[in-house]
Amino acid sequence: MYRYDEFDHDFVQARVAEFSDQVQRRLAGEITEDQFRPLRLMNGVYLQLHAYMLRIAVPYGTLNSKQLRMLGHIARKYDKGYGHFTTRQNIQFNWPALSDIPAILADLASVEMHAIQTSGNCIRNVTADHFAGAAADEVADPRPYAEILRQWSSVHPEFSFLPRKFKIAVTGAERDRAAIQTHDIGLHLKKNTAGELGFAVYIGGGQGRTPMVAKKIRDFLPEADLLSYCTAILRVYNLYGRRDNKYKARIKILVHETGVEEITRQVEAEWQELKDAELKLPEADIRAIDAYFAPPQLSDRPEGDEAVKLARLDSKSFSDWLDQNVVTHRHPDYAAVTISLKGIGEVPGDASDSQMEAVADIAEKYGFDELRVSHEQNLILPHVARADLKAIYDALADIGLATANSNLISDIISCPGLDYCALATARSIPIAQEISRRFASLERQREIGELKLKISGCINACGHHHVGHIGILGVEKKGAELYQVTLGGSADENTSVGEIIGRGFSSEEITDAIEQIVETYLGLRLDPQEKFIDAYRRVGPAPFKEALYAGEAKAA
Amino acid sequence: MKVLTANRLTDGIAVWYADGGWADTVDNADIAHDKAAEDRLEAIGAAAYASNEVVDVNLIDVSVVDGVVEPVRLREKIRAAGPTIRNDLGKQAVRAA
Repeated sequence: MYRYDEFDHDFVQARVAEFSDQVQRRLAGEITEDQFRPLRLMNGVYLQLHAYMLRIAVPYGTLNSKQLRMLGHIARKYDKGYGHFTTRQNIQFNWPALSDIPAILADLASVEMHAIQTSGNCIRNVTADHFAGAAADEVADPRPYAEILRQWSSVHPEFSFLPRKFKIAVTGAERDRAAIQTHDIGLHLKKNTAGELGFAVYIGGGQGRTPMVAKKIRDFLPEADLLSYCTAILRVYNLYGRRDNKYKARIKILVHETGVEEITRQVEAEWQELKDAELKLPEADIRAIDAYFAPPQLSDRPEGDEAVKLARLDSKSFSDWLDQNVVTHRHPDYAAVTISLKGIGEVPGDASDSQMEAVADIAEKYGFDELRVSHEQNLILPHVARADLKAIYDALADIGLATANSNLISDIISCPGLDYCALATARSIPIAQEISRRFASLERQREIGELKLKISGCINACGHHHVGHIGILGVEKKGAELYQVTLGGSADENTSVGEIIGRGFSSEEITDAIEQIVETYLGLRLDPQEKFIDAYRRVGPAPFKEALYAGEAKAA
Repeated sequence: MKVLTANRLTDGIAVWYADGGWADTVDNADIAHDKAAEDRLEAIGAAAYASNEVVDVNLIDVSVVDGVVEPVRLREKIRAAGPTIRNDLGKQAVRAA
C-alpha cells in the first residue's frame, strides 16, 4: 500500500503542529469559536449532541494492521472504547475532548494517518471499490488514481473553498461496488479497444435533499488526463456553482440547472486549455504510484480447496459464512473476506477497541497486513488464502465478528442519527437494530436473498436511504419520529433513486412495515433467483402500496 | 419553561446552567418561567460563550415531571441522557454507576 514519502510526513507533521497551536489558542481564549470553527472543521473536528466528534480519513478505505491497531488504541485511550466506520470509508470517534485532539493527531501521524479534509467545502476523502486489487473482475486497481487525486486535492489552493463539499469515487470494475454514480465525480477505470487505461467520467451524482444520479460526460478519458480533466470540472463548478443557497450548492444542482450538454461543453472547453500543460500525468509518475499498490506476493496454496471442503462438512456456520461473506479473488487459491460489523442487533459500523486490535492481528497473520473499510460499513480482508479461511473464521467468531450476513437484509447501512448527530431529526440506529433482530434468522435472510436496506436519520441522507433497495428516512413530525419508506433505489452500475411508497410510519410501526414489504416481495417474485430490486423493477410500487395501505383505504 | 444548555469548550460535554454554574446534568437546571427570566439566562449564555467557557448555547423547552426537569424535544432528551442505544454512555451511565 501507499507509504508516505518525506513530503507527506512533513506535510502531516506540519498540520499537526499547526492545529495543536490553534487548539491551544482556542483553549486559552485567544481565538473565538467563530474563528476556530472553520479551523477545527478542516481537521475533522465536529461538535455533536454529547461531545466533539473526530472524523479520521482512511484514504480509499485502505488500512494496514498497525493503523487499525492505532485506531483501537485511540478508542481506548481517548474515547469510550469504540469507533464508528462510515459510508465514506472513514472512522469517527464520538467522545474525544478537544484538549486531547492534538495528542490524537500526533498518534495518527505516527502511523501515516490524519483527519485533514474530512469536513469543509473541499475535496473529501476519495473512495474506491473495497475489493480493489483483489477483485477478479477489475481491469486494474483503481487506488493508484485515488492516491493521485488525494495528492492533487490535498490543500489545493484553488479548491479549498468550494461552494460546497466535493466527493470523488473510483471503481476499476464493470460491477460498481463504489457507488460512483452517487458522487460529485464518479470515475470508472476501464480499457479502450487498444487496451489502454482510462476513465468513463460521471458528474453530478449525489444524495441529500435532492438526490441525483450522476451523468456520464465522457466515455473514455486517457489516464494521463485525469488531473487536467478533474481540474476542468472543479473550475467550472467553482466558477458557476451556487453560493447563495447551501441546499443548492452541490455540483449536482449546477449540472441539473445547466443541462448535461452545456456543462459538458464548458468542461471540455476548460479542459482544452489545460490538457497539454503541467497537469498531464507523466507515465513514469503513474507507474511509480502504481508500484506502491503492487499486490502482495501470493504463492500458490492449492491445498485450500480440500481444506475448505472438509471444514464445510464439519461446520454449518462456517459453511454459511463462506457462502455469504467470502468472494472470489483474482488468484484462485485466495479469497476476499467481508468482516460484518452488523452483528444481529448491533450498531452498524461500530467496532470496539479490542475488536479492532484482534482484526489487525488477523490481517497481519493471514491477510498480508492489508485491510479495507467498505462504504457499506464493514471491514474487508482483501487477500487471504482459502486454506486459512477456517482459521480466520474461528478467530472472527471469537470476537463476535463472524455474522454471515453480507448483502442480506441485516447488513444495514445506518447513519448515527439522533443518538449522536446534531443535524439528525430522528434516530436511525435503533430502527436498524430492531429490523436486524426481526430478521435475525440467517435461514430467513438467505431465503430473502440480496437486499440492501439503508437508513438515514435526516434528509442529508448520510445513511444512503435514497439508493437502498429499501430506504428508510427518519423525520420529525409533530414532535415525534416518523419513518418514510422508499423502494427501488440502487447504488451499483444501474443506479436508481428510490420512490416514496406512501405515508410514513411511527417507530413502533416501521419494522412491521418492512416485514410486510419483504413478505410481499417473497409472494410475487418469479423464483428465488429474482432479487428484491429486480422484482421491484418488474412490478413497480403497486403491490407494495396495496400490501401496506389497502386496509386504510377500505377503512376510510 | 426553558433552561439554558451548551457544550463545554474543553471537552464538548453537554452542560446545563444551574445554581450559578454549568452542571453536568439537566436535573437541577435553572428554569425560566417568564420572558424576563429567559432574557437573564440568554445573557448568561452569551457571556459564557464570550468568555470561552461553552459553545453551542441554546435555550430549550422543558417540563417538570415529579419535581424533575425534563427536556421536551427528543433531541434534548437524548442530550440529557446519552445515546438511547448505549445505556453505558453519557449522563445515564454516570447515574447508573
